[in-house]
Amino acid sequence: MTKHHVTTTVNGDTVEYLCDARETLLDCLRDKLNLTGAKEGCGTGDCGACSVTLDRRLVCSCLVLGVEAEGKQIETIEGMARGETLHPLQRKFIEHAALQCGVCTPGVLVAAKALLEKNPDPTEEEARYWLAGNLCRCTGYDKIIRAVLDTAAELREAS
Amino acid sequence: MQYHRPASFAEASDLAAHATGITRFLAGGTDVLVQLRSEIVTPDTLIDIKAIDGVRDITRHADGSWTLGVAVTGAEMSEHPQLGREWPGVVEAMDLIGSTQIQGRATPVGNLCNGSPAADSVPAMVAAGASVTVTGPAGDRVVAVEDIPTGPGKTSLAQGELISALHIPARGANGGDAYLRFIPRTEMDIAVVGVGVSLRVDGDTITEARVSLGAVAPTVLLVEECARALIGTTLDDTALAALAAAASAACKPIDDKRGTIEFRTEVAGVLAKRAAKIAYARAKGETA
Ligand SMILES: Cc1cc2nc3c(=O)[nH]c(=O)nc-3n(C[C@H](O)[C@H](O)[C@H](O)COP(=O)(O)OP(=O)(O)OC[C@H]3O[C@@H](n4cnc5c(N)ncnc54)[C@H](O)[C@@H]3O)c2cc1C
Ligand code: FES
Ligand code: FES
Repeated sequence: MTKHHVTTTVNGDTVEYLCDARETLLDCLRDKLNLTGAKEGCGTGDCGACSVTLDRRLVCSCLVLGVEAEGKQIETIEGMARGETLHPLQRKFIEHAALQCGVCTPGVLVAAKALLEKNPDPTEEEARYWLAGNLCRCTGYDKIIRAVLDTAAELREAS
Repeated sequence: MQYHRPASFAEASDLAAHATGITRFLAGGTDVLVQLRSEIVTPDTLIDIKAIDGVRDITRHADGSWTLGVAVTGAEMSEHPQLGREWPGVVEAMDLIGSTQIQGRATPVGNLCNGSPAADSVPAMVAAGASVTVTGPAGDRVVAVEDIPTGPGKTSLAQGELISALHIPARGANGGDAYLRFIPRTEMDIAVVGVGVSLRVDGDTITEARVSLGAVAPTVLLVEECARALIGTTLDDTALAALAAAASAACKPIDDKRGTIEFRTEVAGVLAKRAAKIAYARAKGETA
C-alpha cells in the first residue's frame, strides 16, 4: 500500500505526515501528530467529539480523510488557548461547570467557537441547533448552552 | 484503496473508466466515509473531485437559471444570499441533512448519487425540475435528477460516468417551492416520508406544478397525478384532498421500525398538502 505524503497547517504550524488513503484526519491528528484533543466517539459523524475546522469550516474529522488535508488550514482544540491563557469559552465552561467527563468538551468548544465567529449574538435556539451534532451524555446540555451564551455576551461587551 | 485527486472531469472519468473493482467519487464523504468505516463499502478506487476547477461555484445565469458545482455543500447553499430566496424548498431540504458539521461537507450531488430513497434534497430537486450534466467517456449528457436513481444505492450512471454540474431552472415569476419531511425526532434523523412541491400561479390559479415523494418507494418519485390534482385549481379543499389521495396512491413503502406501510402512506398525503400550501403561499408572494 503506497503511503501519501501530506503537508498541511494545523493551528498555524506547518506539519507533515505519511498516511494510508483509508486513514481519517482524526486518526492522523491523534496518532501521527499526537494531537489527542479531538476524540473518536462514534466514527460515523453522529457525535461531534472529533470536531475540528477545515479551512474555517466546522467538520467531523472522522469523516475527512487524512489525504484530504493536503494544503488546508486545520484548527483543533489544541490551538484554542493562547499559552496559559484560556479562550473565553474555555473559561466560561469551567465557571458554568459545563463539563463532567469531558469527552465531548473539545468538540463542543471547537463547534461553539465556530458558532460565535459566524454569529456573535446567537439565540438559545440557534445555539442549540448549531450544537445539535455534538452529543454529551453527562451535562444535559443546559450548562453548555448557558456557558456559550454567556461567552457570547462577554465577547460582545469586550468588542 | 487507491486515492486520486484529478484536476478535470475528463481525467476523473478516465480514471473511473479504467478502474477495476469498486469505485467511489469523493465529494463531502459523509456517505463514502461512513460506509468505509463501517465496512459496508471499501472502494478499491476513490476519486476526490474537489480539486477540479469551479466545483465550489454557485452561478446564477443571466436567464435566472442556476449552476452549482458538484462540491457545493449544504452550508454554502444556505449562506448564498439569493439561492434560498428563489428556491427556498431546495435550500431547506439540503439544510435538513445532518448537523452543522455534516452541512460543512455534504453535497446535494452526493446525496443524489448515494441513491438513498430517503435522501432529503432529492425530492426538492426533482420538484424544482433540476438536472445534472453527466460526464463520461462518450462526452457530456444532461439528465433529469429523477432519472439518476434506479433503486436503493443504485444509479443510472455507467462505469466511467460522473456528475459534473447541477442545474436548477430559473425560478421565474409567481413560483414557489417547499420541502417537508417527517422524522420521529426533531433533528438528525432519516426521513420516513419526504415531499417536495414546486408550483407556479397565475393570480390564484395554479398553472404549473411538480410534486415529488421520498422514502415511500425504492427511488424518489415524481408523481404526475399529484401535479394534475393541483393544476387549474386554487388549492381549495377539493384540490388538497385529490392531492393527498394521489400522493398516498403513489406510495409503495417498506414497513420498518421507523414507520409502517399504513403510516407512511397516510403521512405522504398529509405532508403533500402542507408542502403544497407553503409552496402556494410562496408563489403568491405571501411568505418568504
Ligand atoms: C450524521 C449524519 C447525518 C445524516 N443525515 C442525513 C439526512 O438527514 N438526510 C439525508 O438525506 N442524508 C443524511 N446523511 C447522509 C449524507 O450526509 C448525504 O447523503 C450527503 O448529501 C452525501 O453527500 P456527500 O457529498 O458527503 O457524498 P459522498 O459521501 O462524497 O458521496 C456519496 C455517493 O455519491 C457518489 N458521488 C459523489 N459525487 C459524485 C459525482 N459528482 N458524480 C457521481 N457520483 C458521485 C459517491 O461515489 C458516493 O457513492 C447523513 C449522514 C451523516 C453522517
Ligand atoms: S467521532 Fe466523529 S462524529 Fe463521532
Ligand atoms: S461531559 Fe461527558 S459527554 Fe459531555
